This record gives sequence, structure tokens and C-alpha cells, in this order.
Amino acid sequence: MPNILDIRRRIRSVTNTRQITKAMKMVSAAKLRRAQERALAARPYAQMLVNVLKSLVSRVEIYDPVTGEPRHPLLAQRPENDVLLIVVTGDKGLAGAFNTNILKAALRFLQTKEGKNIEIETIGRKGRDFLRRRYPTSEPEKSGPEKSESQERPAIAIVGEQVGVLNKVDYAMASELAGRVIDRYSNGEIDSVYLLYNEFKSMIAQRLIVEQVLPIEQIGEAAVRQAEEMGLKEKKQALEAAREAGVGIRPADTREIDAAAAKFATAPVDYIYEQPPEELFRSLLPKYVGIQIFRALQESVAAEHAARMTAMDAATNNATDMIDSLTLAMNRARQAKITKEIIEIVSGAAAQ
Amino acid sequence: MADTFQLEIVTPEKMVVRDVAEEMQIPGKNGYLGVLPGHAPVITELAVGEISYRKGSETHYLAVAWGFAEVLPERVVILAETAERPEEIDVKRAQESKQRAEERLKSGSTEIDFTRAEDALQRAESRLQVAAKKQFQSARS
Repeated sequence: MPNILDIRRRIRSVTNTRQITKAMKMVSAAKLRRAQERALAARPYAQMLVNVLKSLVSRVEIYDPVTGEPRHPLLAQRPENDVLLIVVTGDKGLAGAFNTNILKAALRFLQTKEGKNIEIETIGRKGRDFLRRRYPTSEPEKSGPEKSESQERPAIAIVGEQVGVLNKVDYAMASELAGRVIDRYSNGEIDSVYLLYNEFKSMIAQRLIVEQVLPIEQIGEAAVRQAEEMGLKEKKQALEAAREAGVGIRPADTREIDAAAAKFATAPVDYIYEQPPEELFRSLLPKYVGIQIFRALQESVAAEHAARMTAMDAATNNATDMIDSLTLAMNRARQAKITKEIIEIVSGAAAQ
Repeated sequence: MADTFQLEIVTPEKMVVRDVAEEMQIPGKNGYLGVLPGHAPVITELAVGEISYRKGSETHYLAVAWGFAEVLPERVVILAETAERPEEIDVKRAQESKQRAEERLKSGSTEIDFTRAEDALQRAESRLQVAAKKQFQSARS
């Protein structure tokens, strides 16, 4: 028979755990709200940038009329030999399957690119830890006969990592990363760039996607190469958690600002271009890559907080269930003890 | 003709200004542009510099670094990589980066370093300029 004291101790400990998970849930909810706001605040800029680029496309001959070659290096399609994959995960755990799902998707993506040289840039501590362990960086200097094993496999190397930047995603960081990627792409060191992250449209509209960043195929449209919707069960859980934490399912209404942004540079007039459109186009295209990475980071951060909030909501519910069943067990044990004592007294009295 | 125009200044991080203005100055890449209501439609790239716009008797200043602007007769929209109001500028940091950039320019190393340092110097200078405007304003009032 379980000891009442032991059960009582368990209940106390589970109650403490529940308090922590509850607090974490509320913190994540607050952070999620902020992340959502910031993601929304970035939308007009992205939209306007796309508009200008689109209107420039019609004025600039992107493709050489004679050879059909794209004039801008970022549009050039090359046979894909060297691939760069940017994986965006979280810095911290305790976010349910958030990081695991991303890393699983990353491995699946790597399989589809088997046989090519793959370089990985990780953003977020979790992704770095996992991928570093899986693909330990082999020093090129030491590539002697003892390293033959690594030569058989297609080379997968981790070329960069950004850890601890997710706390405060700023455009400068995204633009710096984009600059680096663009340089390497234009130099021909890499032939394509993919971005793997958790897209976040709202609490219940999230996808794990692999987006092709370079070469740019169609301006204003994400070239999604691999996508996973969230399951029905996950959606339900997320909804539940959002309701309890008081987070809006739909982000704040920004239709007016969005509509204004959509009008940008699309007025049916003949603009005077201070610079030749071609020049403008050239300086804008890299910014487009930067804003794409920036948006991915912001959405990933929002998704991470959402995942953590959902996970902590589930943990809190589980703790409550556990407390209930433990309390029941404790009451039963106490009742059993009392009954036993009464039987002892009664049988004692009857024996006299 | 209306005597004001809509003004929006947007950065990747947020919408900085959403206001009505009577006149403004934009640091275009080929030189400063003065804009009054009814301006011909223009699209231009921005240089590092300061934007100023007047609304009634108040004049506002912002330090911007790279971006571009769309001017329409009744609307001006500016996309800037950074746009800071005077009160947001960290004067000490700007001064430090100005000093750093100047030193780098004096040392006279390779080409890439040179353009980057020059950029940094320009950014720092425009920030300081805008920040000074704020002090001037507050001294007057």
C-alpha cells in the first residue's frame, strides 16, 4: 500500500512543476505577442520592396534578348553542385517538437540533395548542436588516408553559425548574412541557397518549409521546395493554448496598412527614374534577399514561442491531471488506513 | 490643389512615420530633392543623409541610410534601411564610429576597406548632424 506521506510529497512536487510550466507558458505568450507584432511591422517594407522590383522588371530587360542569359548574377541558374542550406532553429529547448521537426526536415532535405556538396549555415543553438554532432567538421588539412571514410560520403560541412541572435532579431544581422551569401553566390562558390524554417502565419497556420532563396526564380513569390503543414491535432492543441493564454488567433488587423503598402510604386503613371531602372534593380535585388532572410527569422521566432506556449500548456494540463489522480490515490490510501484501524478496534472489542 | 501630402517612412523593422507634411527634403543619390505637394512622380534611390519634413511650424529630422523613395503628387513613401529620429540616435556611439572610420581612412589600406569606412563615416556624420538638430530645437524651446 502506498504511503500517504510519499504521495503527499509527490503532489507538492508536481504542483511546483505546474507552477513553473504555467509561468513559462505566460512568458511565451507575451513573447509571442511581441514577435507577432514585429513580424507584422516588417510586412509593409517587404511588400513595397517586392512592388518596386516587380514594376522594375517590366522596365528592365532582365534577360539578354540575344543569348537569353539573365543579366543579373542573382537570377542565374547554374547546374547545382554546391548547395547552401540555412537552417533556422531555436536557441532554447522545451518547445515541444519544434526543433526536432525542423532538424528532421533538414535531414530529409539533405537526402534529396545526396551526392552534392552541401554547406550548412545554422541559426540558433539547437540546430547547431545537433548538426555539429552529426557532421563533425573535418579539417581539410588533415585529409590523409585515415580520413577516407569522410571522402566516400558527399561532403556536408557546417560553414557558419549564429547563436543567440534570436533574442533580438534585427535587420542588420539578416542583411549581413544575406550579403555574405550573395557574395559567395556571385563568386560561383555556391550554386543555390535554401532556407529551412518554420513559417508562421498565425497560431493555426504554420508550415515547415524549405524555400529557395537563390537563384531568384520569381520575385514576390516564395519558391517553396518542401513543406509540411501542421497536423489537425497540433492545431487543436495550439488553439487551446492560445485561448488559455489570451493570445489572439488572428494577428491584429493591418489591412489598411497592407493595402497602402500594396499600392506602393504601382500607380499608373510614368515615373521619372532618377537612376536608370537597371541600376535601381541591381541595388534592390540584394535587399530582397536580405528581407527574405529577415522575415524567415522573425517568423521562426514567433513559431518557436508559439510552440513553447503550446508545449507548456500541455505540460500544465498534464500536471493538473497528475495532481488529480494522485489526490485520488492519497484519499483512497487514507480511507483504507482509517477503515483498517476501525476494523482493528471493532475486532478488538468483539474479542473481549 | 491640396497643400499637403501623405508621408510614410518605412524600415524593415517598423513603420517609422505616417504623417501629413507640407514640404520635405530627401537625400537622393544624385543630390537632395525638395518635395512640395503636386510633385511629379519620381522613384529614386537614397543616399546616406538626413530627411526633413515640415508639418505646420514643426520641422522633423531623420537620419537615413540607404533606401529609396517614391514621390507621387499626393503621396511620398520612403523605404529606408534605417531611419532614426534625433532622440533615438546614440550620439556617443556615432561619435565613436566616426572616429574609427576616420582612423581607418587615414591608415589607407585596401580598396574594400576604404569604401566601407567611407560609408560608416557618412552614416556617423549624418547621425550626428540629425542629433544636433534635436539639441538645437530643445535649446530654442
